[in-house]
Amino acid sequence: MTDDRDNRPSPEALLAEAQREGRGRLKIFLGAAPGVGKTYAMLQAAHERVREGLDVVAGVVETHRRRETEALVEGIELLPQRQVEYRGRSFREMDIDALLRRRPKIALIDELAHTNIPGSRHVKRWQDIDELLAAGIDVYSTLNIQHLESINDVVEQISGVKVRETLPDSVLATADEIEVIDLSPQDLIKRMEEGKVYVPEQARRAMRSFFTPGTLTALRELALRHAAERVDRQMVDYMRAHAISGPWPARERILVCFDEKVDAERLVRAAKRAAERRGAAWVAVTVETAVAHIVTEAEKDRMAAAMRLATQLGGETATLQGDDVADTVLTYARERNCTQIVVGRARRSGRFGRWGKSVTDRLIERAGEFTVILVGRDDDEKPRPPSAPPVPTQSGWRTGLGYGFALIATAIATGLGFLIDLWLPIANISVAYLLAVMIVAMRSGLRPGIVASIASFFCFNFFFTEPRLTFAITDSKNILTVVFFLIAAVIISNMAARLRMQIETTRENARRTTNLYDFGRKITAAATQDDVLWAVVHHVAVTIHGKSLTLLPGAVGLAIAAGYPPEDQIDDKSAAAADWAWSHGKPAGRGSTTLPTAEWLFLPLKTARGPIGVLGVQMIEGADTPSPAQLRLLETLADQAAVAIERTTLVADIEEAKVATERERLRSALLSSLSHDLRTPLVSIMGAASTLISYDDSLDSNSRLDLAQTIQDEAERLNRFVQNLLDMTRLGSGALKPKVDWVDLHDIVDAAVKRTRRLARHHTIRVDIDSKMPLLCLDAVLIEQVFFNLLDNACKYAPPGTTIKVWAVRATDHIAIEVADQGPGIPPGDREKVFDMFYRVQAADSQTAGTGLGLAICRGIIEAHGGTIKAEPGLHGAGTCIIIHLPLPPDLDLTAKEGAA
Amino acid sequence: MTRILVIDDEPQIRKFMRISLSANGYDVIEAETAADGIAAARGQSPDLLILDLGLPDLDGQEVISAVRESSDVPIIVLSVRAEELDKVEALDRGANDYVVKPFGIAELMARVRAVVRQRGAKEAADAVIEAGGVRIDLTRRVVIRGGEEQRLSKKEWELLEVFARSPDRLLTHRDLLLKVWGPAHVDNTAYLRVYVNQLRQKLEADPSQPTLIVNEPGIGYRLKM
Repeated sequence: MTDDRDNRPSPEALLAEAQREGRGRLKIFLGAAPGVGKTYAMLQAAHERVREGLDVVAGVVETHRRRETEALVEGIELLPQRQVEYRGRSFREMDIDALLRRRPKIALIDELAHTNIPGSRHVKRWQDIDELLAAGIDVYSTLNIQHLESINDVVEQISGVKVRETLPDSVLATADEIEVIDLSPQDLIKRMEEGKVYVPEQARRAMRSFFTPGTLTALRELALRHAAERVDRQMVDYMRAHAISGPWPARERILVCFDEKVDAERLVRAAKRAAERRGAAWVAVTVETAVAHIVTEAEKDRMAAAMRLATQLGGETATLQGDDVADTVLTYARERNCTQIVVGRARRSGRFGRWGKSVTDRLIERAGEFTVILVGRDDDEKPRPPSAPPVPTQSGWRTGLGYGFALIATAIATGLGFLIDLWLPIANISVAYLLAVMIVAMRSGLRPGIVASIASFFCFNFFFTEPRLTFAITDSKNILTVVFFLIAAVIISNMAARLRMQIETTRENARRTTNLYDFGRKITAAATQDDVLWAVVHHVAVTIHGKSLTLLPGAVGLAIAAGYPPEDQIDDKSAAAADWAWSHGKPAGRGSTTLPTAEWLFLPLKTARGPIGVLGVQMIEGADTPSPAQLRLLETLADQAAVAIERTTLVADIEEAKVATERERLRSALLSSLSHDLRTPLVSIMGAASTLISYDDSLDSNSRLDLAQTIQDEAERLNRFVQNLLDMTRLGSGALKPKVDWVDLHDIVDAAVKRTRRLARHHTIRVDIDSKMPLLCLDAVLIEQVFFNLLDNACKYAPPGTTIKVWAVRATDHIAIEVADQGPGIPPGDREKVFDMFYRVQAADSQTAGTGLGLAICRGIIEAHGGTIKAEPGLHGAGTCIIIHLPLPPDLDLTAKEGAA
Repeated sequence: MTRILVIDDEPQIRKFMRISLSANGYDVIEAETAADGIAAARGQSPDLLILDLGLPDLDGQEVISAVRESSDVPIIVLSVRAEELDKVEALDRGANDYVVKPFGIAELMARVRAVVRQRGAKEAADAVIEAGGVRIDLTRRVVIRGGEEQRLSKKEWELLEVFARSPDRLLTHRDLLLKVWGPAHVDNTAYLRVYVNQLRQKLEADPSQPTLIVNEPGIGYRLKM
């Protein structure tokens, strides 16, 4: 597309922006008439700047002895004015050199339109100000609208007062900021009557006619309109400079509308010219009606081309939906503040099947406030038969084939005619020809049908009507036969061709229905959101023979959720289009009216709850944008997809609620565990310690030792619990990352056995590690904790005096470790649950009940190492055997070990 | 009398250490902050420092470095479990040993005794070391177990020598790798694992239950006397 450059920042706009840099900023307080309070507003703004700590100096302030204004001058540095002699009289003028020397941040200079006393550096005050601005000083100034050069004559007409001090429009146009000081004419007149408006003595009478409500209202409108225009222009400048795509606000907009029957490109160009002349924006629209009508591919292409042309020529485009074309266009025109409507000249052949007034006629009839521009047709434009059904266009060779088929069919019918001629009257021969025409029209469409009709007519005439082998007809009955034959043939070919179209449409609809059905089946079968998204993008991509994406809102705006073919990035413009489509719930991007230069077209995925994401499509073969038929299908697909995605989101929500419930359950389990497991040892410790303190004397040494032993044991128990809690917290928060290093399994098991020694006073621990056990790549501390927890559990549950076995072997593809005890074993139903947090097998003996964390920690650690852990019954079904599988360590290269010294 | 400086901000811990250390015949000085501790370490020339790593005013690690600038007084570090990196760092900075909090007093006393003994034995570092039925003669470079001389490879001997010159002292993996394999191999713990295993096969009565060269998980090894 060539219109990419539309969105590049325009060089002129950038240049203008750049020139403004380093220059002071001009702010103009614009009023409709003297006395509205411009100076007052300027001084107020100045005080604000002073409060902000800026250096503000007044060059000239005309207070006209108004008390409120004079009060405001207080606190602002006033630069002394220069005395200038002119024709024997002394005048006071602003001292520009003093200002330039003083170099304030902001200079206040009243009366922008003032004319300097002859002999000053510049003729006009605005030139002084220009110099100050060039020196980088910001200037605040005031202006009454009647001083503006371009409206000087208008003001004179309105007020009857000739304003002599004028200001070039460019000064106002280049001002960085304009603040309109607005006061209603009534209030202004009241102020005037109260004597609050300064009017020079000599102009007093003239001013009387100036301060009438009519004049003031007109002037006020002028001021407001000027300010408003500027805002528009500034906005456009800004948008151009920053390459922001439209719609740009403009005062006027021209709308051009067309359908597939008119020379759309001609209309588009006409609209473009009209818009250029008026400096207006313009928009090209077409209307899709709900009433089905047949549009040929060629017509669709022409429409698409016209729309593209409109985009290229800088217009907007829109495809509207509505039953009544004229009404839809007018409604849209009103919505978009269009003032002019460009249409093609009225045709008698309106939309298919519609008799009576053309769309253009009805549009003009109801246009009301709009100016309607009628664009005529080129004379050489092909005339179309009235209400002719559209002719399906085909590629050249197929059309040629159709005509060939028409001739062959006619020839066959002629042969058949000779056979019939032997036995039956010649009228019957026409039946053979009609059959041929019908078959041709059915198979190859209208034009070959017509060709067959005419060929048949001549053959019939030539071969079978007397005199034979001439085109002359002598018998009047035969004339009637051949003429009726021709009429019948044309009608039949017409009808047959239409039938053919209908069949095509039906087939298309069937394809569409199949497609939708297929899609529905696929997305219903998909269980997870990922599956649904994948099904959607895959199906859409296949349907349009292009690429497809879905974007769903993530933590920071939309993110690509799925793509076919997989895609993980889109250009910025497309991203903007996606955002727009999502936030506005309307299509955006390529082929749409918003950001049409993006590479992707995005359709909102809308559900009853609002948009849930967007569907992006990009054509890769054939057309640049999806055809209207494809677009309609896409919209339907998008709706279905949205519902399906929403369904999975709801499932996810339910899942989340479940997780939350589970979390809540865990939390309460943790609380009860904490209160029990923390308190129990504390009770023992406090009890033993207080006994020692209170009854020290009466205790024998054995009892004292026993109590001290209790304190120590319980404190250790408490410590283990705290350790477990800490480990679990770190596992849960993902902070527990194995710090793997080469370790000898012997060392780890050995350390764990040593730590358990005191707990395992009443048990025997037997360690049997395969002598061929390689060095392992593990986090020694964490794995030691696993063994410690397992041994701790075994000691807790297995009866005293039994043996706990630790066994490890190197299997072919993993390291197998078993820790087996001879305890009561774990019921089959609990063997998986024991690894859950806070899960405890119901133990009859509450003394041995643990924290319910140990095995959960083991599983967390083992899984962090890429291994598995499970519980099974021990040898001969007795006791418990915890089986750990760890991955084999990577190959160890020790070749450098001896040589490294 | 051996003088021990205890640097810990927790009064309860200082109290029980004071009582138990005094009961074992040590002279105890206390310091509550890192600054006080460093000053006391310099001014009162203690024979041993017991240092808590979690001090309010300065990281205990810095205290080790500060003390090591002027003195090679033995330092035992107190730290909580699961912070292996802290312990390794402390040892690498020059601490001699560590005790995991919470700890039993017997464990602390054993470490204190070992460190104090080590200090006393330092002058006689070239002597013969006897440990767990193994006799290591550093001057003659001979190892005898059960009356039989054991044949060691060059690397095995170098490693054993490092252990023997600091008996009972916890040596970090890094320490050992640096001294035996050189600075390029300080991260190749696998070398160490293999050679420690080989030494155990030759020197331990039961290599699967080592008593001579014992492992400190995640930190290093110690030659037990």
